[in-house]
Amino acid sequence: MKRIITALIFAFSMNGAFAAGGAAVPLDHIDTDIRDQESMQRGLALFTNYCFGCHSLEYSRYERSATDLGIPVEIFEENLVAGEAKIGELMTIAMPKDQAKVWFGNPPPDLTLTARLRGPDWLYSYLRGFYADPKRPYGVNNVVYKDVGMPHVLADLQGLCAEAPELGIEPEVDPLSGNIVKSSGCERFATEGSMTPEEYDEAIYDLVNYLEYVGEPSRLDSERLGLYVLVFLAFLFVFVYLLNKEYWRGIH
Amino acid sequence: MSKLLSWIDDRLPVVNAFEKHMSKYYAPKNFNFFYFFGVLSFVVLANQLLTGIWLTMSYNPSAEGAFASIEYIMRDVDYGWLLRYLHSTGASAFFVVVYLHMFRGLLYGSYKKPRELVWIFGMTIYLALMAEAFMGYLLPWGQMSYWGAQVIVNLFGTIPVIGEELALWIRGDYLISGITLNRFFALHVVALPIVILALVVLHILALHEVGSNNPDGIDIKKDKDENGIPKDGIPFHPFYTVHDLVGIVVFLFVFCAVVFFFPEMGGYFLEKPNFEPANALKTPDHIAPVWYFTPFYAILRAVPDAFLGVVAMGAAIAVLFVLPWLDRSPVRSMRYKGSLSKIALALFVVSFCILGYLGVVVSTPGRTLLAQVLTVIYFAYFILMPWYTSIEKTKPVPERVTMK
Repeated sequence: MKRIITALIFAFSMNGAFAAGGAAVPLDHIDTDIRDQESMQRGLALFTNYCFGCHSLEYSRYERSATDLGIPVEIFEENLVAGEAKIGELMTIAMPKDQAKVWFGNPPPDLTLTARLRGPDWLYSYLRGFYADPKRPYGVNNVVYKDVGMPHVLADLQGLCAEAPELGIEPEVDPLSGNIVKSSGCERFATEGSMTPEEYDEAIYDLVNYLEYVGEPSRLDSERLGLYVLVFLAFLFVFVYLLNKEYWRGIH
Repeated sequence: MSKLLSWIDDRLPVVNAFEKHMSKYYAPKNFNFFYFFGVLSFVVLANQLLTGIWLTMSYNPSAEGAFASIEYIMRDVDYGWLLRYLHSTGASAFFVVVYLHMFRGLLYGSYKKPRELVWIFGMTIYLALMAEAFMGYLLPWGQMSYWGAQVIVNLFGTIPVIGEELALWIRGDYLISGITLNRFFALHVVALPIVILALVVLHILALHEVGSNNPDGIDIKKDKDENGIPKDGIPFHPFYTVHDLVGIVVFLFVFCAVVFFFPEMGGYFLEKPNFEPANALKTPDHIAPVWYFTPFYAILRAVPDAFLGVVAMGAAIAVLFVLPWLDRSPVRSMRYKGSLSKIALALFVVSFCILGYLGVVVSTPGRTLLAQVLTVIYFAYFILMPWYTSIEKTKPVPERVTMK
């Protein structure tokens, strides 16, 4: 019996070990927190101002984000709803897909499920992975997504990195001074942005946090309800165990 | 109440049926851990049927609307996310419990005379279940759903002469399209569930005709008391109903932990590429079937020729059907079989698991070689069975069951 359980645990842990794969580029890691409403509110604001022109969240409704992020509906309607849309509508965009294909090579993808498709680390690294590359149509390339068709729309915030930033590396500390001499991200900027690198990283964290939430808005409900279900089953176990023991007392 | 019951019983033999299958069905008293998985398959089947019915109420079986309707269920339908995760986790859980249920059969010789038909009905359920899972997997219309279906249906295309026509007939189109989606939907929600339910009834009726096997592989009906009740048997109800309740609650605990906390199960129960809608113009980098098909997929890839690979894959499943006639051992249970049988079963289980792993990952020359070796072991388990079960020395089987 014990051997069987050990074997099962082994089988499942082995599964986890080869689950990764795919990403060849090293990524910076973040721990998203979909309980942090303020972070997600800032992320949603950034999304609305910079991403929403081209990228839809077409499976998600405005009102759901307003409710789950704790934003009063009136404020949301005034500031965050596109054009004439109603708060109960899906977060679609006006850009026609066939024209977008002509402009960018590929229509900008819908972002509702991108966090589930590629993971928060990928998004966080990708949005900090742009650099100047005069050979590309929009003058920028990306270390995470080589030859991507998307321009660096956040360049006025981040600035434009002069060369390909190194991502996914441990910070190097000078042993004498204790100062960080090299860390993950852009080393040298071709043009400066309005944010410091730390502020920009923070803003991207907020944005990814929001996208993580919008990928699976039921996550917190699920964990809250799941806890009750597991507690109930644990109690039920005690009773069915005792019931079984009572019936089987005479069986030898 | 009793008046109503006798009124019904005069017209329909409900009391008789309950006694025959529950309160006077005598099961061996020495069932162990592995005997939970039959009833657990029942629990998962009920879960799949119920959640499936409710999912159908909001699902849209068209190439244009399928993917969006899944997200509609996940977001806008009350508790839709729960129904969907119960169903998707249930699919994987079904195969977990069915594989363990089948392993129990191998371990204690439950397929041996007189239970050959029980085994064959069970194998047919497994086959129907694979078809059911494969067709259900296309319905969310994600990238892996689409390309997985493309690859599997193309396998039929490798059959000489009729292959291309056959694949076309299955798809209803030159590639997987909305037409395929519609017919898979019909088969998934109507045809196959009816087949599976009918087979489950036959599986149980055949089992109750001959009686349950047990970890000792002893025929308990040989040793009856003065009332004609097997001395080692106990009425299924209430003894095994309360016993199974414990197993069901433990199973539900694990199952719900997955459903509520890790429904993707690290990309094994819900695969990441399926969070992107199907795109006929963009092939994913790496196409792999869901975990429960990967041992057979690895066998398919281990054979260099495409058609022979399909034959090997089919044979890997088909050979299980004739298992009752391959085992020549005088005893049923592994407890009393010789060491050759024990080694053979252990090698078989290990090779099946490693083949499962190899079917998930990208193939390399080294891995292909390993898969070939394991494929040989897989088939050797069956082909050599008449030999090793007949020459080995078995241990004496006790008269009465042992309680361990």
